[in-house]
Amino acid sequence: MNIVIIGFGSVGRGVTRVLIEKKKFLRNFLGDYKVIAVTDSSGGIYDENGLDLRKVLEMKSKGGLPKEITSIEVIRDLDFDVCIEVTPTNVENGEPGLTHIRECLKKGVDVVTSNKGPLVVAFRELMNLAKKNNARLMFEATVGGAMPVIKLAKIDLAGNEILSVRGILNGTCNYILSRMEKELLPYELILEEAKELGIAERDPTYDVEGIDAGAKLVIIANALMGLDAKFKDVERVGISNLTPEAFKVALENGYTIRLIAEANRDFLRVSPRLVPLNHPLAIYGTLNALEIETNLAGNVFVIGKGAGSVETASAIISDLICLKSLRY
Amino acid sequence: MTDLTMVVELEDKPGQLIKVLEPISRLGGNIISITHRRDEITPLGRIPVRIALQIDESKIDKLIEEIERRGIIVRSYNRVRHAVTLSLLLIGHVIHTDLRDTVDAIDKTGFAEVVEMKIIMPELNKPSTAFIKLSAINEEKLKESVGILKEICKSKGIEVIEPL
Repeated sequence: MNIVIIGFGSVGRGVTRVLIEKKKFLRNFLGDYKVIAVTDSSGGIYDENGLDLRKVLEMKSKGGLPKEITSIEVIRDLDFDVCIEVTPTNVENGEPGLTHIRECLKKGVDVVTSNKGPLVVAFRELMNLAKKNNARLMFEATVGGAMPVIKLAKIDLAGNEILSVRGILNGTCNYILSRMEKELLPYELILEEAKELGIAERDPTYDVEGIDAGAKLVIIANALMGLDAKFKDVERVGISNLTPEAFKVALENGYTIRLIAEANRDFLRVSPRLVPLNHPLAIYGTLNALEIETNLAGNVFVIGKGAGSVETASAIISDLICLKSLRY
Repeated sequence: MTDLTMVVELEDKPGQLIKVLEPISRLGGNIISITHRRDEITPLGRIPVRIALQIDESKIDKLIEEIERRGIIVRSYNRVRHAVTLSLLLIGHVIHTDLRDTVDAIDKTGFAEVVEMKIIMPELNKPSTAFIKLSAINEEKLKESVGILKEICKSKGIEVIEPL
């Protein structure tokens, strides 16, 4: 299996580390594999006989990848089996991931991605393109990090109709809200704490305004429920207006507040909701969770780590192994 | 039709129950159940009888009058609201934007009402939080009343936090 890695940020490096460290173990599932190219936004390196990934990681940490080849050149000119597309998400236009994925699928090459942008912008188009070219697009890592969602529904719950989903898809918000619940302190204060701990970005808009959760919800709704939803279809309210008093009065009545992403046949919505304290969605810290309502299996509930470099790598590796079992 | 439950006190002798049933029948009421509470017999030896029925709302006063005119003691009667409730939070300038008006909009629907409310105001000019319990005659109407509330709050810049 010849692999290229497009995007070498936290996720790309996480995958690379797992591919190095677990090589012996992963060979049981993937067979012989080699990474023949790694690129990021400013450079790229390739070797058709397989790169020494340790050296590539070292280069990246010591000032960046050499400028041997660009992402587009890798995709157009090299011969490979799977592209791991892990460039940053842009929910407006899906780029640069959208172009990368399109080009791979056109060549009939399988793609495994953690990038939400392309799937939010052009889910149906990409799925159709993959089908037409007998390629596969795997995207477990786009939603819920290590928490199994896509393959859980597609494989383990195969034959079920997914009627609705609701859950917690953003660990940063969940951290902030669970801290507000425990400490009854203002939002701004807890947000600062989350920034210091590296749980929230310096510009937290993407998380706290529900954009990240909304993007994931669009992907889940499209993939699991067969919808053709776009990001603009998501009714979206963030968490920045929540007050300690809101938590206080909610708690007095047996509730807490969590940012809930919900999709059914009528609407897609991300908004703070009152959650009974004994409900499985009343989870704490940076965890993610999803309740899937099916027509045969009833309700299925998953919970797990929604972000993190190794956790996201776990989802990508599981997609790779799934591809391997489907292909060869 | 309104669901009504009443408790009447009947003397323990033949021909008493008919005095209650006859007016119900004549006013078009539909009896659901009749329970004699013999274990709750009153010191004067009368037996409380609980009657559940459905009757046109406009005929309730007349019914009670007719029963009492026959010398029967009507201990109590209540309209049954098959209520479903839900709780929600409102965050924003709840008071400044005329809370009365917000609550009235729900109450005047006739099928839903605000049955409980707690308001916390942290400081002057800071957003306050209201915990509201809504009650309606059925799930569908409850949903409709939440829709009305959301619409009003949207126009007033108040955030509504719905339950799951």
